[in-house]
Amino acid sequence: MEIKDIIKPENLVYKKTPLLTDKALSYCPGCGHGTTHRLIMEVVEEMGIQEKTVGIAPVGCSVLAYEFMNIDMQQAAHGRAPALATALKRLMPDKFLFTYQGDGDLAAIGTAETIHACNRGENIVIIFINNGIYGMTGGQMAPTTLPGMKASTAPYGRDTHIMGNPLKMTELVAQLAGTYYVTRQSVHTPANVRKAKKAIRNAFEYSKLNKGTCFVEIVSNCNSGWKMQPVQANKWMEENMFPFYPLGDIKVPQVEKV
Amino acid sequence: MGELKLMKGNEAFAEACIRAGADAYFGYPITPQSEVLEYLMAQKPYETTGMVVLQAESEVSAINMCYGAGGAGFKVVTSSSSPGISLKQEGISYMAGAELPLLVLNVVRGGPGLGDIQPSQSDYFQATKGGGHGDYRLYVLAPSSVQEMSDFVPIAFEMAFKYRNPVMILSDGVIGQMMEKVELFDPIPRRTIEQVEKQCPWATTGKKANRERNIITSLDLDPYKQEKHNYHLRDKYEQMKREDVRYEEIQTSDAEYLLVAYGSSARICQKTVDLARAEGIKLGLLRAITLFPFPSVRLKELSKQVKGMLAVEMSLGQMVEDVKLAVDCKIPVEHFGRTGGVIHTPSEVLDALKKQIIK
Repeated sequence: MEIKDIIKPENLVYKKTPLLTDKALSYCPGCGHGTTHRLIMEVVEEMGIQEKTVGIAPVGCSVLAYEFMNIDMQQAAHGRAPALATALKRLMPDKFLFTYQGDGDLAAIGTAETIHACNRGENIVIIFINNGIYGMTGGQMAPTTLPGMKASTAPYGRDTHIMGNPLKMTELVAQLAGTYYVTRQSVHTPANVRKAKKAIRNAFEYSKLNKGTCFVEIVSNCNSGWKMQPVQANKWMEENMFPFYPLGDIKVPQVEKV
Repeated sequence: MGELKLMKGNEAFAEACIRAGADAYFGYPITPQSEVLEYLMAQKPYETTGMVVLQAESEVSAINMCYGAGGAGFKVVTSSSSPGISLKQEGISYMAGAELPLLVLNVVRGGPGLGDIQPSQSDYFQATKGGGHGDYRLYVLAPSSVQEMSDFVPIAFEMAFKYRNPVMILSDGVIGQMMEKVELFDPIPRRTIEQVEKQCPWATTGKKANRERNIITSLDLDPYKQEKHNYHLRDKYEQMKREDVRYEEIQTSDAEYLLVAYGSSARICQKTVDLARAEGIKLGLLRAITLFPFPSVRLKELSKQVKGMLAVEMSLGQMVEDVKLAVDCKIPVEHFGRTGGVIHTPSEVLDALKKQIIK
């Protein structure tokens, strides 16, 4: 069978949501950002809330997220996305506000904004991409870099005695009274993509209830920053990232269904 | 006549924000401006006008809340004092770059560093030359009374939206803390969301089916586009210089010498003018009300009339540089002022005038 026999309308199993723009993604092949962008936009489309959703892009690889998402968006200073979302949600309580942040943005420079937005229980959705490295600036150590893991600013591996320990931000925010739903997912297999989408959908649905912050971590790869092939990076992620950052719900609302 | 009240400058500012139809205030406590947030929380405007008031976890967070609100076209306010304003500079730069309206009040205290909590005017450079990184300016208003702490609020909002640019009210610990009689203006209702969207078609209030998505950003990786954007910003600053310079002249018509001052220093200099006139010295005062744009054109005209100018400010000499630029070395221009939170007296100013200018 040749390619032309496969690419036919009747074999079409995936259609790009119109909420993703036609601009080519700037992410490296194999990176989880593109998939996560798609899942968020699919959820917004399926919920019919395009006109009511405002997103906040961070500084990092996804700084240009607003180029790919066909909704109103703001681009925040490094780490400050939850502060922007706080103001917007309080001024427009009927809107859906989400931030999209990497580990450096959310768990290093933006730690205060993250913790306090979650602790106040701002009714926003925080999507946290954790790949344990600074991707955009070229592979420097992140707050979530694993012990022993190499980075350009930890060329011999993260020595926790010198460089401190990786921060489990998601477990941390789950302790706060203001968070309503806290979960950790991945997008490296079709099954995980489906679970992640359900989690994102839950987060957006829960935010209708005005009961607090919904926090979705996506453990992702960074094959460029990790200096690996995409398949190898996914395997490495399963073997090293998941034991330290276990997938699954961390804080689930005590309700049966939304 | 509007309602008369005896108020602190900080309180008059807070009350004026509510009355001017502000949509939100985000701040963090710091002396000598904490009364702004205290007054707002006591008044509870969120129960009357619907204005959002929130004490943020830091000045950094507060200014970024302002970025979010300004990006959706809301009338948003923050306030702080010198060290806190330094922390806000990154956010102010982002807002200037993204062309967002903002009202920021700086109740200046002595510095550098943590300095002290006494009044000062040592943040002039920071306020008028940019403050944060990049090529940008703020529209800067300098009140010299509690009345102006109120009156300048609607002007500041008007300028912030006219130019889509942050506006700073540069006050100081004297004006913020002292109590004076103030005539309050009648309340202006907050705009509805429809009015916000009409006034600000660029606002991120949610993408409507009949328009393209709105994006608020200060990023452009293409240097040629960034340069073009910066030229556009420059055009706005040039327009401010043409259309919105504000100043006040006191006894300048026959003046042979001129004091140049702003804010509380201008209040002190008014007394110096009286003292000098009593001695037969023909002294006048130009009070700069906008520090950017600076009243350079008028100062240049006055330089043809007077023999010398003394820039009087509570700093080691910052505004004096703009006075010198305005008169272009045609006449002597000197600086006098106390610093570090010390306030000069009218007679100290007169002595300095005699020693440094009249000679």
